[in-house]
Amino acid sequence: MKELIILSGKGGTGKTSITSAFASLAKNMVLCDADVDAADLHLILNPDFKLSYDFIGGHEALINLEKCTQCGRCIEICRFDAVKDSFKIDAIACEGCGVCVDLCPEEAIDFPETLCGQWYISDTRLGPIVHARLGIAQENSGKLVSLIRQEAKKLATKANLDLILTDGPPGIGCPVIASIGQANAVLIVAEPTVSGFHDMERVAELSRHFNIPAMVCINKYDLNLEQTRKIETHAQKNNIAVVGRISFDPAFTEAMIQAKTIFEYNKDSQAAAETRQVWDAIVSQPAFNAPVNNILQHL
Amino acid sequence: MIISIASGKGGTGKTTVATNLALCLSNKVQLLDCDVEEPNAHLFLNPVFQQKEPVYAPVPQINLEKCTFCKKCMDICRFGALAVLKKDVMIFENLCHSCGGCFEVCPENAVIEKERTLGIIEHGSVNDMDFINGRLDIGQVMVPPIIKKVRSYTNPDLVTIIDAPPGTSCPVIAAMNKADIILLVTEPTPFGLHDLKLAVETVKILDIPCGIIINRAGIGNDEVNKYAEKENIPILMEIPFDRKIAQIYSKGQMIVDELPEYREKFSVLFQKIAQLIEKGGQNK
Repeated sequence: MKELIILSGKGGTGKTSITSAFASLAKNMVLCDADVDAADLHLILNPDFKLSYDFIGGHEALINLEKCTQCGRCIEICRFDAVKDSFKIDAIACEGCGVCVDLCPEEAIDFPETLCGQWYISDTRLGPIVHARLGIAQENSGKLVSLIRQEAKKLATKANLDLILTDGPPGIGCPVIASIGQANAVLIVAEPTVSGFHDMERVAELSRHFNIPAMVCINKYDLNLEQTRKIETHAQKNNIAVVGRISFDPAFTEAMIQAKTIFEYNKDSQAAAETRQVWDAIVSQPAFNAPVNNILQHL
Repeated sequence: MIISIASGKGGTGKTTVATNLALCLSNKVQLLDCDVEEPNAHLFLNPVFQQKEPVYAPVPQINLEKCTFCKKCMDICRFGALAVLKKDVMIFENLCHSCGGCFEVCPENAVIEKERTLGIIEHGSVNDMDFINGRLDIGQVMVPPIIKKVRSYTNPDLVTIIDAPPGTSCPVIAAMNKADIILLVTEPTPFGLHDLKLAVETVKILDIPCGIIINRAGIGNDEVNKYAEKENIPILMEIPFDRKIAQIYSKGQMIVDELPEYREKFSVLFQKIAQLIEKGGQNK
Protein backbone atom coordinates (compact mmCIF):
# COMPACT_ATOMS: atom_id res chain seq x y z
CA MET A 1 0.00 0.00 0.00
CA LYS A 2 1.22 3.50 -0.86
CA GLU A 3 0.40 6.87 0.60
CA LEU A 4 0.81 10.13 -1.32
CA ILE A 5 0.44 13.43 0.53
CA ILE A 6 -0.49 16.56 -1.41
CA LEU A 7 1.07 19.68 0.15
CA SER A 8 1.83 23.21 -0.95
CA GLY A 9 3.25 25.32 1.87
CA LYS A 10 1.25 28.28 0.63
CA GLY A 11 -2.52 27.97 0.79
CA GLY A 12 -4.80 28.24 -2.20
CA THR A 13 -2.47 26.78 -4.83
CA GLY A 14 -4.97 24.10 -5.82
CA LYS A 15 -4.22 21.13 -3.53
CA THR A 16 -7.84 20.11 -3.10
CA SER A 17 -8.88 20.55 -6.75
CA ILE A 18 -5.90 18.48 -7.84
CA THR A 19 -6.41 15.82 -5.15
CA SER A 20 -10.02 15.37 -6.25
CA ALA A 21 -8.88 15.18 -9.87
CA PHE A 22 -6.41 12.41 -8.96
CA ALA A 23 -9.25 10.61 -7.20
CA SER A 24 -11.00 10.45 -10.57
CA LEU A 25 -7.95 8.73 -12.07
CA ALA A 26 -6.66 6.47 -9.30
CA LYS A 27 -8.14 3.06 -8.76
CA ASN A 28 -8.41 1.06 -5.55
CA MET A 29 -7.88 4.11 -3.41
CA VAL A 30 -9.00 5.63 -0.14
CA LEU A 31 -9.01 9.40 0.31
CA CYS A 32 -7.93 11.19 3.45
CA ASP A 33 -8.57 14.89 4.06
CA ALA A 34 -5.82 15.95 6.46
CA ASP A 35 -6.60 19.67 6.25
CA VAL A 36 -8.66 19.31 9.40
CA ASP A 37 -8.74 23.07 10.06
CA ALA A 38 -10.49 23.91 6.84
CA ALA A 39 -11.41 20.67 5.09
CA ASP A 40 -12.82 21.22 1.62
CA LEU A 41 -12.53 17.92 -0.22
CA HIS A 42 -16.05 16.92 0.83
CA LEU A 43 -17.43 19.92 -1.08
CA ILE A 44 -16.42 18.19 -4.33
CA LEU A 45 -17.08 14.60 -3.28
CA ASN A 46 -20.34 15.06 -1.40
CA PRO A 47 -19.73 12.11 0.93
CA ASP A 48 -22.40 9.88 2.31
CA PHE A 49 -21.50 9.98 6.02
CA LYS A 50 -21.47 6.37 7.23
CA LEU A 51 -19.65 6.52 10.55
CA SER A 52 -18.99 9.48 12.81
CA TYR A 53 -16.71 9.57 15.88
CA ASP A 54 -15.84 12.14 18.49
CA PHE A 55 -12.27 13.33 18.67
CA ILE A 56 -11.17 13.78 22.26
CA GLY A 57 -8.12 15.91 21.71
CA GLY A 58 -7.06 16.67 25.22
CA HIS A 59 -8.15 18.04 28.56
CA GLU A 60 -9.08 21.43 29.91
CA ALA A 61 -8.56 22.72 33.44
CA LEU A 62 -11.63 23.84 35.40
CA ILE A 63 -11.35 25.38 38.86
CA ASN A 64 -13.89 24.23 41.42
CA LEU A 65 -14.52 27.51 43.19
CA GLU A 66 -16.04 25.76 46.21
CA LYS A 67 -12.77 24.01 46.98
CA CYS A 68 -10.49 26.83 45.83
CA THR A 69 -8.83 28.86 48.60
CA GLN A 70 -7.45 31.40 46.12
CA CYS A 71 -3.87 30.68 47.19
CA GLY A 72 -2.64 31.71 43.75
CA ARG A 73 -0.38 28.73 43.15
CA CYS A 74 -2.06 28.01 39.78
CA ILE A 75 -1.58 31.61 38.60
CA GLU A 76 2.08 31.39 39.59
CA ILE A 77 2.84 28.14 37.75
CA CYS A 78 0.73 28.54 34.60
CA ARG A 79 3.09 29.39 31.75
CA PHE A 80 0.20 30.21 29.43
CA ASP A 81 -1.43 32.97 31.52
CA ALA A 82 -4.62 30.94 31.40
CA VAL A 83 -5.68 31.49 35.03
CA LYS A 84 -7.41 34.82 35.42
CA ASP A 85 -7.31 36.83 38.64
CA SER A 86 -10.91 35.76 39.29
CA PHE A 87 -9.66 32.13 39.44
CA LYS A 88 -11.39 31.22 36.24
CA ILE A 89 -9.58 29.47 33.39
CA ASP A 90 -9.38 31.16 30.02
CA ALA A 91 -10.27 28.18 27.84
CA ILE A 92 -8.62 29.69 24.77
CA ALA A 93 -5.32 30.28 26.57
CA CYS A 94 -5.32 26.90 28.40
CA GLU A 95 -2.81 24.50 26.83
CA GLY A 96 -4.20 21.43 28.59
CA CYS A 97 -0.90 20.67 30.31
CA GLY A 98 -2.54 19.85 33.65
CA VAL A 99 0.29 21.30 35.73
CA CYS A 100 -2.17 23.36 37.80
CA VAL A 101 -4.34 20.26 38.26
CA ASP A 102 -1.46 18.24 39.70
CA LEU A 103 0.04 20.99 41.81
CA CYS A 104 -3.06 22.62 43.33
CA PRO A 105 -2.69 22.04 47.10
CA GLU A 106 -6.48 21.80 47.52
CA GLU A 107 -7.04 19.45 44.57
CA ALA A 108 -9.58 22.02 43.46
CA ILE A 109 -8.95 21.78 39.73
CA ASP A 110 -10.84 19.31 37.56
CA PHE A 111 -9.47 18.17 34.25
CA PRO A 112 -12.28 16.92 32.02
CA GLU A 113 -11.63 15.64 28.52
CA THR A 114 -12.41 18.06 25.76
CA LEU A 115 -14.28 17.27 22.61
CA CYS A 116 -12.07 18.85 19.97
CA GLY A 117 -13.86 17.74 16.84
CA GLN A 118 -15.31 14.86 14.88
CA TRP A 119 -13.98 12.45 12.35
CA TYR A 120 -15.83 10.40 9.78
CA ILE A 121 -15.59 7.44 7.47
CA SER A 122 -17.74 8.07 4.42
CA ASP A 123 -18.45 6.73 0.98
CA THR A 124 -18.11 8.83 -2.13
CA ARG A 125 -18.69 8.11 -5.79
CA LEU A 126 -14.90 7.86 -6.21
CA GLY A 127 -14.10 5.71 -3.21
CA PRO A 128 -14.16 5.80 0.60
CA ILE A 129 -12.88 8.86 2.47
CA VAL A 130 -11.65 9.41 6.01
CA HIS A 131 -12.13 13.04 6.98
CA ALA A 132 -12.55 15.22 10.02
CA ARG A 133 -13.61 18.51 11.37
CA LEU A 134 -11.54 20.12 14.09
CA GLY A 135 -13.68 22.22 16.42
CA ILE A 136 -13.35 25.96 16.03
CA ALA A 137 -10.42 27.41 17.99
CA GLN A 138 -9.32 23.93 19.09
CA GLU A 139 -5.85 22.58 19.54
CA ASN A 140 -4.21 19.30 18.67
CA SER A 141 -4.78 19.41 14.96
CA GLY A 142 -1.63 17.30 14.59
CA LYS A 143 -3.10 14.57 16.78
CA LEU A 144 -6.29 14.54 14.70
CA VAL A 145 -4.29 14.35 11.47
CA SER A 146 -2.31 11.37 12.82
CA LEU A 147 -5.56 9.70 13.88
CA ILE A 148 -7.33 9.98 10.54
CA ARG A 149 -4.23 8.86 8.64
CA GLN A 150 -4.09 5.74 10.83
CA GLU A 151 -7.77 5.11 10.20
CA ALA A 152 -7.29 5.55 6.45
CA LYS A 153 -4.49 2.99 6.61
CA LYS A 154 -6.69 0.54 8.54
CA LEU A 155 -9.48 0.97 6.04
CA ALA A 156 -7.12 0.46 3.10
CA THR A 157 -5.72 -2.71 4.67
CA LYS A 158 -9.16 -4.11 5.42
CA ALA A 159 -10.59 -3.33 2.00
CA ASN A 160 -7.42 -4.36 0.20
CA LEU A 161 -6.85 -0.95 -1.38
CA ASP A 162 -3.49 0.00 -2.86
CA LEU A 163 -3.36 3.73 -2.38
CA ILE A 164 -4.08 6.43 0.19
CA LEU A 165 -4.44 9.86 -1.35
CA THR A 166 -4.11 12.50 1.36
CA ASP A 167 -5.04 16.15 0.90
CA GLY A 168 -2.70 17.94 3.29
CA PRO A 169 -2.91 21.20 5.22
CA PRO A 170 -1.09 24.42 4.26
CA GLY A 171 2.01 25.60 6.12
CA ILE A 172 4.93 23.62 7.55
CA GLY A 173 3.90 23.33 11.22
CA CYS A 174 2.29 20.77 13.48
CA PRO A 175 -0.50 19.37 11.23
CA VAL A 176 1.82 19.24 8.20
CA ILE A 177 4.50 17.33 10.09
CA ALA A 178 1.79 14.96 11.35
CA SER A 179 0.61 14.42 7.79
CA ILE A 180 3.93 13.41 6.21
CA GLY A 181 5.49 10.96 8.66
CA GLN A 182 5.95 7.54 7.08
CA ALA A 183 4.35 8.58 3.80
CA ASN A 184 5.81 7.19 0.56
CA ALA A 185 6.03 10.57 -1.07
CA VAL A 186 4.88 14.16 -1.01
CA LEU A 187 3.56 16.06 -4.02
CA ILE A 188 4.05 19.80 -3.68
CA VAL A 189 1.53 21.83 -5.66
CA ALA A 190 3.35 25.10 -6.27
CA GLU A 191 2.12 28.27 -7.92
CA PRO A 192 4.49 30.42 -9.99
CA THR A 193 4.56 33.51 -7.77
CA VAL A 194 7.32 34.89 -5.57
CA SER A 195 5.40 33.76 -2.50
CA GLY A 196 4.59 30.40 -4.08
CA PHE A 197 8.30 29.83 -4.71
CA HIS A 198 9.29 30.90 -1.19
CA ASP A 199 6.70 28.65 0.44
CA MET A 200 7.50 25.70 -1.82
CA GLU A 201 11.17 25.98 -0.84
CA ARG A 202 10.22 25.72 2.84
CA VAL A 203 7.89 22.75 2.45
CA ALA A 204 10.51 21.01 0.26
CA GLU A 205 13.06 21.57 3.01
CA LEU A 206 10.62 20.11 5.51
CA SER A 207 10.17 16.92 3.48
CA ARG A 208 13.94 16.66 3.13
CA HIS A 209 14.29 17.16 6.89
CA PHE A 210 12.02 14.17 7.50
CA ASN A 211 13.51 12.24 4.58
CA ILE A 212 10.26 11.91 2.62
CA PRO A 213 10.76 11.96 -1.18
CA ALA A 214 9.16 15.00 -2.79
CA MET A 215 7.78 15.78 -6.22
CA VAL A 216 6.53 19.10 -7.50
CA CYS A 217 3.93 20.20 -10.05
CA ILE A 218 3.27 23.80 -10.98
CA ASN A 219 -0.35 24.87 -11.06
CA LYS A 220 -1.40 27.98 -13.06
CA TYR A 221 2.07 27.77 -14.61
CA ASP A 222 1.26 30.18 -17.44
CA LEU A 223 0.63 33.03 -15.00
CA ASN A 224 4.37 33.60 -14.71
CA LEU A 225 6.77 31.51 -16.78
CA GLU A 226 9.84 32.97 -15.14
CA GLN A 227 8.70 31.81 -11.69
CA THR A 228 7.65 28.45 -13.15
CA ARG A 229 11.17 27.89 -14.47
CA LYS A 230 12.66 29.07 -11.19
CA ILE A 231 10.63 26.47 -9.27
CA GLU A 232 11.62 23.74 -11.71
CA THR A 233 15.31 24.65 -11.54
CA HIS A 234 15.23 24.72 -7.76
CA ALA A 235 13.50 21.33 -7.72
CA GLN A 236 16.03 19.73 -10.06
CA LYS A 237 18.93 21.04 -7.99
CA ASN A 238 17.39 19.61 -4.84
CA ASN A 239 16.55 16.17 -6.11
CA ILE A 240 12.81 16.86 -6.30
CA ALA A 241 11.10 15.28 -9.29
CA VAL A 242 9.25 17.76 -11.52
CA VAL A 243 6.07 15.97 -12.55
CA GLY A 244 4.45 18.60 -14.75
CA ARG A 245 2.68 21.87 -15.32
CA ILE A 246 -1.03 22.65 -15.21
CA SER A 247 -2.48 25.73 -16.95
CA PHE A 248 -4.43 28.48 -15.28
CA ASP A 249 -7.88 27.26 -16.28
CA PRO A 250 -11.21 28.67 -15.00
CA ALA A 251 -12.60 25.17 -15.56
CA PHE A 252 -11.24 24.25 -12.10
CA THR A 253 -13.41 26.90 -10.44
CA GLU A 254 -16.40 26.02 -12.63
CA ALA A 255 -15.99 22.35 -11.69
CA MET A 256 -15.79 23.29 -7.99
CA ILE A 257 -19.05 25.25 -8.21
CA GLN A 258 -20.76 22.19 -9.66
CA ALA A 259 -19.13 19.94 -7.03
CA LYS A 260 -17.31 17.97 -9.71
CA THR A 261 -13.74 17.00 -10.35
CA ILE A 262 -12.12 18.50 -13.44
CA PHE A 263 -12.58 15.17 -15.24
CA GLU A 264 -16.26 14.96 -14.38
CA TYR A 265 -16.79 18.58 -15.41
CA ASN A 266 -14.83 18.64 -18.65
CA LYS A 267 -12.49 15.78 -19.37
CA ASP A 268 -11.51 17.39 -22.66
CA SER A 269 -10.26 20.63 -21.11
CA GLN A 270 -6.60 21.47 -21.33
CA ALA A 271 -6.28 21.44 -17.54
CA ALA A 272 -7.75 17.92 -17.44
CA ALA A 273 -5.23 16.67 -20.02
CA GLU A 274 -2.35 18.25 -18.11
CA THR A 275 -3.57 16.88 -14.76
CA ARG A 276 -3.69 13.41 -16.29
CA GLN A 277 -0.08 13.80 -17.46
CA VAL A 278 0.95 14.85 -13.96
CA TRP A 279 -0.74 11.80 -12.47
CA ASP A 280 0.92 9.47 -14.99
CA ALA A 281 4.27 11.03 -14.14
CA ILE A 282 3.70 10.57 -10.40
CA VAL A 283 2.88 6.88 -10.55
CA SER A 284 5.97 6.17 -12.61
CA GLN A 285 8.32 8.08 -10.30
CA PRO A 286 10.94 6.09 -8.37
CA ALA A 287 10.15 8.35 -5.38
CA PHE A 288 6.54 7.16 -5.38
CA ASN A 289 7.51 3.51 -5.69
CA ALA A 290 10.29 3.40 -3.10
CA PRO A 291 9.76 1.84 0.33
CA VAL A 292 8.65 4.06 3.21
CA ASN A 293 11.15 5.99 5.29
CA ASN A 294 10.61 5.74 8.97
CA ILE A 295 10.17 9.23 10.43
CA LEU A 296 11.15 8.06 13.91
CA GLN A 297 14.77 7.73 12.87
CA HIS A 298 14.85 11.42 12.13
CA LEU A 299 13.13 12.92 15.14
CA MET B 1 -5.56 50.27 16.48
CA ILE B 2 -4.96 46.59 15.68
CA ILE B 3 -6.27 45.25 12.37
CA SER B 4 -5.89 41.49 11.98
CA ILE B 5 -6.23 40.12 8.46
CA ALA B 6 -7.30 36.50 8.38
CA SER B 7 -9.14 33.87 6.34
CA GLY B 8 -10.11 30.25 6.86
CA LYS B 9 -8.84 29.21 3.44
CA GLY B 10 -5.27 29.84 2.41
CA GLY B 11 -4.29 31.77 -0.67
CA THR B 12 -7.28 34.10 -0.69
CA GLY B 13 -5.25 37.32 -0.55
CA LYS B 14 -4.48 38.11 3.11
CA THR B 15 -0.96 39.27 2.32
CA THR B 16 -2.16 41.29 -0.68
CA VAL B 17 -4.64 43.17 1.48
CA ALA B 18 -2.25 43.58 4.43
CA THR B 19 0.66 44.96 2.39
CA ASN B 20 -1.33 47.20 0.05
CA LEU B 21 -3.39 48.59 2.92
CA ALA B 22 -0.22 49.29 4.90
CA LEU B 23 1.15 51.39 2.03
CA CYS B 24 -1.98 53.52 1.71
CA LEU B 25 -2.39 54.90 5.22
CA SER B 26 -1.48 58.42 6.21
CA ASN B 27 -1.05 57.20 9.81
CA LYS B 28 2.20 55.65 10.89
CA VAL B 29 1.93 51.90 10.47
CA GLN B 30 3.58 48.72 11.67
CA LEU B 31 3.09 45.47 9.83
CA LEU B 32 3.39 42.24 11.82
CA ASP B 33 3.63 39.14 9.63
CA CYS B 34 2.24 36.43 11.91
CA ASP B 35 2.03 33.72 9.25
CA VAL B 36 5.22 32.34 10.73
CA GLU B 37 5.03 28.99 8.92
CA GLU B 38 5.04 30.72 5.55
CA PRO B 39 5.76 34.44 5.99
CA ASN B 40 5.35 36.27 2.68
CA ALA B 41 4.80 39.99 3.35
CA HIS B 42 8.53 40.76 3.11
CA LEU B 43 8.57 39.47 -0.47
CA PHE B 44 6.24 42.32 -1.47
CA LEU B 45 7.47 45.14 0.77
CA ASN B 46 11.20 44.35 0.64
CA PRO B 47 11.95 45.74 4.09
CA VAL B 48 15.48 46.52 5.18
CA PHE B 49 16.03 44.17 8.11
CA GLN B 50 18.04 45.66 10.92
CA GLN B 51 17.87 42.96 13.53
CA LYS B 52 17.29 39.25 13.98
CA GLU B 53 16.36 37.65 17.25
CA PRO B 54 15.81 33.96 18.02
CA VAL B 55 12.63 32.78 19.75
CA TYR B 56 13.30 30.25 22.44
CA ALA B 57 11.12 27.88 24.40
CA PRO B 58 12.32 26.14 27.53
CA VAL B 59 12.78 22.37 27.40
CA PRO B 60 13.94 20.13 30.22
CA GLN B 61 17.40 18.79 30.65
CA ILE B 62 18.06 16.31 33.44
CA ASN B 63 20.96 16.48 35.84
CA LEU B 64 21.56 12.75 36.15
CA GLU B 65 23.73 13.21 39.23
CA LYS B 66 20.76 14.53 41.17
CA CYS B 67 18.01 12.44 39.48
CA THR B 68 16.61 9.54 41.51
CA PHE B 69 14.50 8.27 38.58
CA CYS B 70 11.29 8.75 40.60
CA LYS B 71 9.31 9.36 37.37
CA LYS B 72 7.37 12.33 38.73
CA CYS B 73 8.41 14.38 35.68
CA MET B 74 7.20 11.68 33.33
CA ASP B 75 3.90 11.39 35.20
CA ILE B 76 3.09 15.11 35.11
CA CYS B 77 3.95 15.49 31.42
CA ARG B 78 0.76 15.19 29.35
CA PHE B 79 2.67 15.37 26.09
CA GLY B 80 4.88 12.31 26.43
CA ALA B 81 8.03 14.42 26.21
CA LEU B 82 9.94 12.53 28.92
CA ALA B 83 10.65 8.84 29.35
CA VAL B 84 12.34 7.83 32.59
CA LEU B 85 14.37 4.65 32.22
CA LYS B 86 16.31 2.74 34.84
CA LYS B 87 19.43 4.87 34.66
CA ASP B 88 18.56 7.52 32.12
CA VAL B 89 15.88 10.02 31.13
CA MET B 90 15.01 10.51 27.49
CA ILE B 91 13.71 13.90 26.35
CA PHE B 92 11.65 14.31 23.18
CA GLU B 93 12.04 18.02 22.59
CA ASN B 94 9.58 18.14 19.72
CA LEU B 95 6.77 16.93 21.95
CA CYS B 96 7.49 19.41 24.76
CA HIS B 97 4.96 22.24 25.21
CA SER B 98 7.19 24.13 27.64
CA CYS B 99 4.59 24.01 30.42
CA GLY B 100 7.27 23.72 33.10
CA GLY B 101 5.49 20.87 34.91
CA CYS B 102 8.57 18.63 35.12
CA PHE B 103 10.62 21.52 36.44
CA GLU B 104 8.03 22.35 39.12
CA VAL B 105 7.37 18.81 40.26
CA CYS B 106 10.92 17.43 40.53
CA PRO B 107 11.67 16.88 44.24
CA GLU B 108 15.43 16.75 43.63
CA ASN B 109 15.76 19.93 41.54
CA ALA B 110 17.25 17.73 38.89
CA VAL B 111 15.35 19.32 36.01
CA ILE B 112 17.18 22.21 34.40
CA GLU B 113 15.44 24.25 31.76
CA LYS B 114 17.48 24.87 28.66
CA GLU B 115 16.51 26.92 25.66
CA ARG B 116 15.42 25.41 22.40
CA THR B 117 15.16 27.61 19.32
CA LEU B 118 11.72 27.60 17.66
CA GLY B 119 12.35 30.24 15.05
CA ILE B 120 13.42 33.82 14.59
CA ILE B 121 11.94 37.30 14.67
CA GLU B 122 13.15 39.80 12.07
CA HIS B 123 12.82 43.54 12.62
CA GLY B 124 13.05 46.01 9.80
CA SER B 125 11.45 48.95 8.09
CA VAL B 126 9.95 50.02 4.79
CA ASN B 127 10.44 53.79 4.57
CA ASP B 128 8.80 54.89 7.82
CA MET B 129 6.79 51.70 8.31
CA ASP B 130 7.89 49.27 11.02
CA PHE B 131 8.07 45.73 9.75
CA ILE B 132 8.32 42.66 11.97
CA ASN B 133 7.96 39.05 11.00
CA GLY B 134 8.35 35.67 12.61
CA ARG B 135 9.75 32.59 10.92
CA LEU B 136 9.33 29.05 12.24
CA ASP B 137 12.42 26.87 11.93
CA ILE B 138 11.95 23.91 9.58
CA GLY B 139 10.84 20.84 11.53
CA GLN B 140 9.57 22.78 14.56
CA VAL B 141 5.90 22.58 15.56
CA MET B 142 5.37 25.26 18.22
CA VAL B 143 3.85 28.13 16.30
CA PRO B 144 1.87 30.21 18.86
CA PRO B 145 4.94 31.22 20.93
CA ILE B 146 6.50 32.81 17.83
CA ILE B 147 3.29 34.66 16.97
CA LYS B 148 3.02 35.90 20.56
CA LYS B 149 6.60 37.12 20.38
CA VAL B 150 5.93 39.01 17.13
CA ARG B 151 2.85 40.57 18.71
CA SER B 152 4.81 41.59 21.80
CA TYR B 153 6.27 44.34 19.59
CA THR B 154 2.84 45.93 19.07
CA ASN B 155 3.20 49.68 19.43
CA PRO B 156 -0.09 51.18 20.68
CA ASP B 157 0.75 54.56 19.10
CA LEU B 158 0.73 53.09 15.60
CA VAL B 159 -1.80 51.40 13.37
CA THR B 160 -0.88 47.71 13.65
CA ILE B 161 -1.68 45.49 10.68
CA ILE B 162 -1.39 41.75 11.33
CA ASP B 163 -1.04 39.26 8.48
CA ALA B 164 -2.51 36.10 10.06
CA PRO B 165 -2.01 32.45 9.06
CA PRO B 166 -4.85 30.47 7.43
CA GLY B 167 -7.04 28.02 9.32
CA THR B 168 -9.10 28.18 12.50
CA SER B 169 -6.91 26.59 15.18
CA CYS B 170 -4.37 27.83 17.73
CA PRO B 171 -2.03 29.82 15.43
CA VAL B 172 -4.96 31.78 14.00
CA ILE B 173 -6.33 32.52 17.46
CA ALA B 174 -2.91 33.81 18.52
CA ALA B 175 -2.92 36.18 15.52
CA MET B 176 -6.53 37.38 15.96
CA ASN B 177 -6.87 37.61 19.72
CA LYS B 178 -7.24 41.15 21.12
CA ALA B 179 -7.43 42.79 17.70
CA ASP B 180 -9.82 45.74 17.30
CA ILE B 181 -11.13 44.38 14.04
CA ILE B 182 -10.68 41.29 11.91
CA LEU B 183 -10.79 41.47 8.14
CA LEU B 184 -11.72 38.14 6.61
CA VAL B 185 -10.41 37.82 3.08
CA THR B 186 -12.23 35.28 0.94
CA GLU B 187 -12.87 34.32 -2.65
CA PRO B 188 -16.38 33.82 -4.06
CA THR B 189 -16.15 30.05 -4.56
CA PRO B 190 -17.58 27.08 -2.63
CA PHE B 191 -14.21 26.50 -0.88
CA GLY B 192 -13.93 30.21 -0.08
CA LEU B 193 -17.44 30.35 1.37
CA HIS B 194 -17.10 27.15 3.39
CA ASP B 195 -13.86 28.29 5.01
CA LEU B 196 -15.20 31.83 5.50
CA LYS B 197 -18.02 30.39 7.59
CA LEU B 198 -15.45 28.62 9.79
CA ALA B 199 -13.49 31.86 10.14
CA VAL B 200 -16.65 33.76 11.12
CA GLU B 201 -17.34 31.17 13.83
CA THR B 202 -13.79 31.70 15.12
CA VAL B 203 -14.28 35.46 15.21
CA LYS B 204 -17.57 35.03 17.08
CA ILE B 205 -15.81 33.07 19.84
CA LEU B 206 -13.36 35.94 20.24
CA ASP B 207 -16.17 38.52 20.07
CA ILE B 208 -14.31 40.96 17.81
CA PRO B 209 -15.99 43.08 15.09
CA CYS B 210 -15.29 41.81 11.58
CA GLY B 211 -15.75 42.67 7.94
CA ILE B 212 -15.32 40.70 4.72
CA ILE B 213 -13.12 41.43 1.73
CA ILE B 214 -13.95 39.52 -1.44
CA ASN B 215 -10.89 38.93 -3.58
CA ARG B 216 -11.12 37.68 -7.18
CA ALA B 217 -14.72 38.90 -7.30
CA GLY B 218 -16.46 37.51 -10.36
CA ILE B 219 -14.49 34.26 -10.52
CA GLY B 220 -17.22 32.13 -8.94
CA ASN B 221 -20.76 32.86 -7.77
CA ASP B 222 -22.56 35.28 -5.41
CA GLU B 223 -23.06 32.91 -2.46
CA VAL B 224 -20.52 34.80 -0.32
CA ASN B 225 -22.50 38.04 -0.79
CA LYS B 226 -25.73 36.27 0.20
CA TYR B 227 -24.08 34.76 3.27
CA ALA B 228 -22.65 38.13 4.35
CA GLU B 229 -26.06 39.74 4.05
CA LYS B 230 -27.73 36.96 6.01
CA GLU B 231 -25.12 37.16 8.77
CA ASN B 232 -25.14 40.96 8.70
CA ILE B 233 -21.38 41.16 8.17
CA PRO B 234 -20.32 44.15 6.04
CA ILE B 235 -18.44 43.56 2.79
CA LEU B 236 -15.78 46.25 3.05
CA MET B 237 -14.12 45.81 -0.32
CA GLU B 238 -14.27 43.73 -3.48
CA ILE B 239 -11.16 43.24 -5.58
CA PRO B 240 -12.24 41.99 -9.00
CA PHE B 241 -10.67 38.97 -10.60
CA ASP B 242 -8.20 40.31 -13.14
CA ARG B 243 -5.38 38.36 -14.73
CA LYS B 244 -3.33 41.56 -14.60
CA ILE B 245 -3.61 41.67 -10.78
CA ALA B 246 -2.66 37.98 -10.58
CA GLN B 247 0.43 38.70 -12.68
CA ILE B 248 1.40 41.75 -10.60
CA TYR B 249 1.13 39.55 -7.49
CA SER B 250 3.12 36.74 -9.09
CA LYS B 251 6.08 39.09 -9.61
CA GLY B 252 6.02 40.32 -6.03
CA GLN B 253 4.80 43.77 -7.06
CA MET B 254 2.29 45.94 -5.25
CA ILE B 255 -1.17 46.54 -6.74
CA VAL B 256 -1.16 50.13 -5.48
CA ASP B 257 2.10 50.81 -7.34
CA GLU B 258 1.11 49.20 -10.62
CA LEU B 259 -2.56 50.19 -10.62
CA PRO B 260 -2.60 53.57 -8.81
CA GLU B 261 -6.43 53.75 -8.74
CA TYR B 262 -6.22 51.16 -5.95
CA ARG B 263 -4.61 53.70 -3.58
CA GLU B 264 -7.96 55.42 -3.23
CA LYS B 265 -9.75 52.08 -2.81
CA PHE B 266 -7.47 51.01 0.05
CA SER B 267 -7.83 54.45 1.69
CA VAL B 268 -11.61 54.03 1.55
CA LEU B 269 -11.19 50.57 3.06
CA PHE B 270 -9.30 52.09 5.97
CA GLN B 271 -12.04 54.69 6.54
CA LYS B 272 -14.63 51.90 6.65
CA ILE B 273 -12.46 49.94 9.09
CA ALA B 274 -12.16 52.96 11.40
CA GLN B 275 -15.93 53.53 11.30
CA LEU B 276 -16.66 49.89 12.01
CA ILE B 277 -14.32 49.86 15.02
CA GLU B 278 -15.95 53.01 16.33
CA LYS B 279 -19.40 51.43 16.07
CA GLY B 280 -18.11 48.24 17.70
CA GLY B 281 -19.19 46.10 14.74
CA GLN B 282 -22.14 46.03 12.38
CA ASN B 283 -24.65 44.70 14.88
CA LYS B 284 -24.05 47.09 17.73
